[in-house]
Amino acid sequence: MSDMTAWLVVWPVAVPLIGAALTVALWGRERAQTNIGFLAIALQLAAGLVLLQHVWENGPVAMAMGGWSAPFGIALAADVFGAGLTVVASLVAFLILIYSLTDTDADQRRAGFMPLILALMTGVAGAFLTADIFNLYVWFEVTLISSFGLMVIGGRREQLDGAVKYAFLNLLATTFLLIAIALLYGMTGTLSMADLSGKVAALPADSPIETVALLFLMSLGMKAALFPLHFWLPAAYHTPLPAVSAIFAALLTKVGVYSLIRVFMLVFPDGAEIAREAMIWVAVATMIVGALGALAESDIRRVVSFTVVSGVGVMIGGLAIGTQAALLGTTFYIIHSIIISAALFMAAGMISRAGGGTRIADLAGLYKGSPFLAVAFLLCGLSLAGVPPFAGFWPKVYLVQAGLEAGAFGIVAGILISGFLTLMLIGRSFALIFWRAAPDGAPRVVSDGGDLMKGALGALTALTFVLGVYSAPVANMAGRAASELLAPQAYIGVVLGRSAQADASGAGAAEMRP
Amino acid sequence: METVLALLVGLLFAISAYLLLSSSLIRLILGVFVLGNATHLMIFVLGRLTRESPPLIQYGLKAAEPGIANPLPQALILTAIVISFSLFAFLLVLSYRAYQSLDTINTDEMRVAEPEPAGTLLRGRDV
Repeated sequence: MSDMTAWLVVWPVAVPLIGAALTVALWGRERAQTNIGFLAIALQLAAGLVLLQHVWENGPVAMAMGGWSAPFGIALAADVFGAGLTVVASLVAFLILIYSLTDTDADQRRAGFMPLILALMTGVAGAFLTADIFNLYVWFEVTLISSFGLMVIGGRREQLDGAVKYAFLNLLATTFLLIAIALLYGMTGTLSMADLSGKVAALPADSPIETVALLFLMSLGMKAALFPLHFWLPAAYHTPLPAVSAIFAALLTKVGVYSLIRVFMLVFPDGAEIAREAMIWVAVATMIVGALGALAESDIRRVVSFTVVSGVGVMIGGLAIGTQAALLGTTFYIIHSIIISAALFMAAGMISRAGGGTRIADLAGLYKGSPFLAVAFLLCGLSLAGVPPFAGFWPKVYLVQAGLEAGAFGIVAGILISGFLTLMLIGRSFALIFWRAAPDGAPRVVSDGGDLMKGALGALTALTFVLGVYSAPVANMAGRAASELLAPQAYIGVVLGRSAQADASGAGAAEMRP
Repeated sequence: METVLALLVGLLFAISAYLLLSSSLIRLILGVFVLGNATHLMIFVLGRLTRESPPLIQYGLKAAEPGIANPLPQALILTAIVISFSLFAFLLVLSYRAYQSLDTINTDEMRVAEPEPAGTLLRGRDV
């Protein structure tokens, strides 16, 4: 039995977890913690790349934890979708760590920055790679509690205010997720997503599948910041340290989006019509409300927060259409959005450093003092709006095409209108912050952020440009992910099938004896 | 028995919804706490209540004989209790710190992070 390959799926979760334990043990020694943090995320990236390459060549891979075979035990499993997102997440997290070297001071790092980041990355990778729906809830909570800690590092009044709202509403969302999981378990008696796939379809017609599907849409939608449950995000994401905002915006909503896709493609592949119908309108409303909210804001960090909301609408729009091309577009858009959300929050942090504040009315003439920041902000903003030749263009092309083919004109209109509004928004923000002359004529740049911040932002800007010009690798990967989501037999087989082998060898049952 | 517990779960959900609609942080914390416990009880009921033998496997057997109680809900609830307890503790500390620095436990008055709209994006001179 090729057990060694199954281990590949464990490392992207285990490495940051070990790193988190080590950094907690080294509490207060921030230099050592920082080194371990960088090493752990780099190793997680390497492990993710190896896993992705293996999954690409050999199809999905799964491993039953502790030899307890699925559907009874908990399995970790990776397909191209999960492995690909793990790679992008750790790549962006590594760049955010570089940014955080300038962004955080030694006291803030001593307050547990690195252990919390590593715990967060453990939770994110765990959510991307688990094949068990209760385990998904646990990874959500791991992510959540580390994000609570990160949210309040620094301890300013705004942070506490934002953290109260963030903590209560996210805790409510995960409790509703637990309720939905409990109802699903009560109906089917299983928690393995691969097993659920067949068992939900075989349920009698009078089972409350619609109710449970809507509960999943509500609770995961709240995590993903879908309208009308998006309001916690712009209330909180502008308050923590810019590096923390960047990693939240890049990864946390995407974990919600990933889980929605996984649940609706694997557990409810058919049926749940009311939830799917609701999803279309929720997605359109999220795109438009997010873009309008951003236009109405006068604080650059809150503007960027609302653009995250708008992007979530586009991703869920693709899931609502549900065809091969739409899921390709959604997967591509998730990857693009992870990169661009991190970049824009980094840029917003650097703007507040350069201009000494975040209110757009107080910012002006930053172009003179930091042209690099101006160019990077503009390029990332254009990519966000979906202008070619940047990476934001291609997923929207796929999604609009898929929407037209499937007759989902509401979603097509939503994507185009929100793209247009975003373009206006970026143009206006650029003109006001960078272009208009500072009142006294002199550049007012306090600090341009230094080489590390510029390097991290520059790398993300380059990435969104390169993926726009040379989009074939990501498009191929997203296409494979979409095909696997639409035909999950290989994924289901490997989660349930490998466990049959483990049963035959007696590994599961024999160890149960006292 | 399942009906009685189902009604109790419903009652607890109603209580928590009432508490969560309040604008006082203390009531919100209690509401989250009741909601968590209602959910735990719900998992317990959904695992089916039976008067079966305990889920133990006799020595020499590889699997339990049929007719044992379902042990899984207890594992799930235990996990959920640990998580909700730790988050409850965090919420208490967070609310106390927020009270110390914001001088209020009324969520309507917590406007530090989201001040009232400050008007125009432009300074008067530029318009």
